[in-house]
Amino acid sequence: MDDMIVMQNVWKAYPNGVMALNGVDLSVKEGEFIYVVGPSGAGKSTFIKMIFRELKPTRGKIFVNHKNIANLRERQVPYFRRKIGIVFQDFRLLPKLTVYENVAFALEVIEEPPRMIKRRVMEVLDLVGLKHKMRSFPDQLSGGEQQRVSIARSICNRPPVLIADEPTGNLDPETSWQIMDVFKRINEQGTTIVMATHNRDIVNTVKHRVIALEGGMIVRDEEEGAYGYEA
Amino acid sequence: MVMKLRTLQRHVKESFKSLGRNGWMTFASVSAVTVALVLVGLFMMVLFNLNKIAGDIESDVEVRVYVDQSATKADQTQLASSLKQLKNVQSVTFQSKTQGLNSLMKSLGNDKNVFADVKSDNPLPNAYILKTKQPEQTASVASQAKTLPHVSDVRYGQGTVEKLFHVINIARNVGIVLILGLLFTSVFLIANTIKLTIVARRREIEIMKLVGATNAFVRWPYFIEGLIMGVLGSVIPVFLVIVVYHFAYYNLGGNLSSMFISLIPYQTMTTNLSLLLVGIGAVIGVWGSLSSIRKFLKI
Repeated sequence: MDDMIVMQNVWKAYPNGVMALNGVDLSVKEGEFIYVVGPSGAGKSTFIKMIFRELKPTRGKIFVNHKNIANLRERQVPYFRRKIGIVFQDFRLLPKLTVYENVAFALEVIEEPPRMIKRRVMEVLDLVGLKHKMRSFPDQLSGGEQQRVSIARSICNRPPVLIADEPTGNLDPETSWQIMDVFKRINEQGTTIVMATHNRDIVNTVKHRVIALEGGMIVRDEEEGAYGYEA
Repeated sequence: MVMKLRTLQRHVKESFKSLGRNGWMTFASVSAVTVALVLVGLFMMVLFNLNKIAGDIESDVEVRVYVDQSATKADQTQLASSLKQLKNVQSVTFQSKTQGLNSLMKSLGNDKNVFADVKSDNPLPNAYILKTKQPEQTASVASQAKTLPHVSDVRYGQGTVEKLFHVINIARNVGIVLILGLLFTSVFLIANTIKLTIVARRREIEIMKLVGATNAFVRWPYFIEGLIMGVLGSVIPVFLVIVVYHFAYYNLGGNLSSMFISLIPYQTMTTNLSLLLVGIGAVIGVWGSLSSIRKFLKI
């Protein structure tokens, strides 16, 4: 299978002198599901932000979907982002929009035709099991439901890669399993998933490849790995 | 790239929504533009007229070369042709002593009778009136003319023209500094008021950027918002200019005309100045608005 994400000798130094990544090499195959684990300050966030080009590497190459995004021109970034789904710990929904509108918003701002938007929004809401809540506002939903809306929004443009930064960080254990269930369905449709997490139970139960970062370096890379840190 | 009509509709709708939602902020920004443009408008009104008057006087500047009373007809013809050959002279017109007296009497209006007695014994000399190609050449032409034979005296608006231009220049420079200061202040005010409202919209911009909206797409509603605020801010100034200039032109203008000064016509002035004010309003509105979101686009 093809490589979806490839990092070649990636370094990242922040202006304040902190070295967040020190020569990371990695390749993630199309359709793979990987966990990125590691203690706080290990470079997880930097690693994640690098993949959707919120940050540029100081040195090295990053290929996402066969495109080197390290030297991507600024005006090309929006078009690149359309092929990446991003999910955050804090959901990032717009409080004044309904569930339906929140998902449709992502398609409206990239100027998709309205007919297509309607169909696609219903499709993804169905996938995350929230079709019946489409008229609710975010504050009327539970945390888990809000995260599912945000997942629906992230995949509505059919991205080949989904990046999740601590998606269960704000959720109770039971809700977290629902989220993993949604991810599993998305992964089964062929979407590559990169998930940064602190959730040991999930990593140890739903077995996938585990990448452990420490001090800005990959210290462990195991298929069907375990979380491996004491709680 | 042509924008889809649907997209334009969305942008316009978004900007009106935001203007309405942040009503007081909108009011503050519009007021800032209004204050700046009122001052700019009144100042421009004065400055444009000063410029025009200066221009009129400038083009009126002529050099009068008085012919020596003892000069013969032949001497005069000789003088005329040498005056014509001077550098930078555009035209040479002869004014006989009688013509000179008549025009003097005419310009004095009712007081002309004091000259009735001298009419038979006209003390004025014959004169040649020179026009130079450029106004600033008057001084050099005058000094050249002075050296020619049979010239008794040479006169031009020594000093007064220079002084007038000097004053206008100072007024213009001070005014430009003041205006620029005012305009920057209102740009700053608009940028800041929008920044206050942006806290709520920050998340929206962030999400837009993360799902792949282009910067242009994010900017459009802000562009329209700034444009609307700037144009709204120019309404009162335009109205004021129209009213004030009406008064100035039709009341004050009459008094000035007795001093051979004419103001810029009402229509010309109000049309041009209105367009200018609306234009400036639009520019500062858009500028202020767009500069407030620049920081948030870097995601």
